[in-house]
Amino acid sequence: MSDTFFYAAEVMLNGLMAGVMYSLVALGFVLIFKASGIFNYAQGVLALFAALTLVGLQEGQVPFSHVINAVFGTNLHHFGWTLPSVVAIALTALVMVGMAIVIERYVLKHLVNQEPIILFMATIGLAYFLEGLGDVMWGSDIKKLDVGLPQGISETIETVTYNLFGYGFFIDKLDIVAALVATALVITLTLFSQYTKYGRALRAVADDHQAALSVGISLRFIWVLVWSIAGFVALVAGIMWGSKSGVQFSLSLIALKALPVLMLGGFTSIPGAIVGGLIIGMGEKLFEFAIGPMIGGATENWFAYVLALIFLVFRPQGLFGEKIIERV
Amino acid sequence: MFYRESGDFKTTYTEDSQTFPIKFDRIRYYAVLAVAFGVIPFFINDYWANAVFVPFLIYAIAAIGLNILVGYCGQVSLGTGGFMAVGAYAVYKLMTSFPEVSIVIHVLLAGGITACVGLLFGLPSLRIKGFYLAVATLAAQFFLVWLFNKVPWFYNYSASGQISAPERDIFGIILTGPNTSASAKYLFCALMLLALAWLARNLTRGAMGRRWMAIRDMDIAAEIIGVNPLGAKLSAFAVSSFFIGVSGALFFAVYLGAAEVGESFGIQKSFLVLFMVIIGGLGSIFGSLAGAAFLVLLPVFLKNVLVGMLGWPTDLAAHLELMIVGALIIIFLIAEPHGIAQLWRHTKEKLRLWPFPH
Repeated sequence: MSDTFFYAAEVMLNGLMAGVMYSLVALGFVLIFKASGIFNYAQGVLALFAALTLVGLQEGQVPFSHVINAVFGTNLHHFGWTLPSVVAIALTALVMVGMAIVIERYVLKHLVNQEPIILFMATIGLAYFLEGLGDVMWGSDIKKLDVGLPQGISETIETVTYNLFGYGFFIDKLDIVAALVATALVITLTLFSQYTKYGRALRAVADDHQAALSVGISLRFIWVLVWSIAGFVALVAGIMWGSKSGVQFSLSLIALKALPVLMLGGFTSIPGAIVGGLIIGMGEKLFEFAIGPMIGGATENWFAYVLALIFLVFRPQGLFGEKIIERV
Repeated sequence: MFYRESGDFKTTYTEDSQTFPIKFDRIRYYAVLAVAFGVIPFFINDYWANAVFVPFLIYAIAAIGLNILVGYCGQVSLGTGGFMAVGAYAVYKLMTSFPEVSIVIHVLLAGGITACVGLLFGLPSLRIKGFYLAVATLAAQFFLVWLFNKVPWFYNYSASGQISAPERDIFGIILTGPNTSASAKYLFCALMLLALAWLARNLTRGAMGRRWMAIRDMDIAAEIIGVNPLGAKLSAFAVSSFFIGVSGALFFAVYLGAAEVGESFGIQKSFLVLFMVIIGGLGSIFGSLAGAAFLVLLPVFLKNVLVGMLGWPTDLAAHLELMIVGALIIIFLIAEPHGIAQLWRHTKEKLRLWPFPH
């Protein structure tokens, strides 16, 4: 078989790996959408915020040091200690839970029974707020995130495939880790929602708010729970993306990339988020590889959206979404 | 005391259906016009024109356009930046290809071209609704920006990939290019806004606007009572894109002078205009103006306070601004989901009863 074929296969594999990353963000969206019908635009910014907090805690940065310096004329920036990754991750997870409580208390509670579009706009506002908060707390320079995940090209895969096909595949170790983590995450979430008490409550709320309320499930608690889980998923996504390309503003833009993923997979389906992510990741890399050079490259910016758009015209609820039934 | 209907008798249908039924409102409206066209042009300088008035007028046009689509027809769009780019590049191509034609015609034609593009991207709205549509319009945003970046024909093969507006005049008054006077910029944009706002007001209270609102309130029910959803949705997309295209053309030709598509017409612009519409009030022309004024003035104000008065670094001020804008949007949505326009309506309601509220 020719080298072009293998090259295409390699592009495809890398696309699949990138797709896993998109899926990670999309997962958070699906969780919140299922449980509260809120289309959470802030999910990408949550990932950015989580990653920023993680780096900040790890390196012992003083939060709000810029503001403090500007107001009091001091020159603070670091506490002078570094935290081990595990502790920092645990602390960040706590921060995300705290944030879920705050968001529920000060935003969502007041917006119950509003139209979905108003809630969507509120999450856009939230995204802006968190983005500003992240920058004010931890500074806006690009940061390196290193929690000890393996980096670089995997030599094992390269040698094995070279011996098998006479062509060595280049695959980033981090992508493999991300794929494993994503799988583990999906399995955990599925087990959680199928077999635990809170998981069942969560599904009940997703099914019907009022019925869930009437059997004694606290909506507010469930919302906090869902936002905490989404915060945790955002943390995982933030760690993966941050290790891959540094913690920076563009991280919040991947949220936008997760939107076509969702449209493809359907807003309400966890497997849909995964499959959609894989299709988009693979599709955009292959398109860039095959057609990109002919029309000027950088097609990755829009391919996902156009694909989703064309797709939606034929199947408006997405691949795995529940059929949309409208009643007058 | 002065603000009430009583004693103001309408004797014809025209009088009864006028935009400002209360005499005080009419006088106020003409007073605003008199100040806008009779006073400000003579006192305006470059700082005020470039920092406050011209961006306000241009964004107001875009906000009215988006409000027609989102507020009146209920179709959420995140592609405003892309459509503004279409207007900007259309006016650029027209200005450089037909230098002898008047700039006013170019700007209007640019709006027309944008309307055609808007129609094209509006087609999916017949199949998909709500968020799905919002995400679909993102396709327009990213695709259009990419297109203007990658196809050199659009920027006349210039080396930098930028477009810059050549000097054009009307009746000897320079309107575009670096030598434009502040008052010329201001007057041109103000006249455009006045004409377009008048058009929007009359469209939205006529048969077309009623069809849009019927579709917004419940599309299936509207279809059953005989509103053609194809016609209503597509006309909303076309009219909205026309407004946005004109504002994009003005934004590039009059305000910026030179533009680079990713920077000037990126996704941030789409959100900015959407925020103007939300904060101002969905489904209100006055709201569009108020929202645009608010979001144009807020950064200027914050910058003056934080950087000018407190001496904080500019990047910190910019981040705080993000936080404040985000928080304000949330606060507005919680306190008053219908925006500044609704606050204004409440005020008017109170004024009618003042000073004897019982």
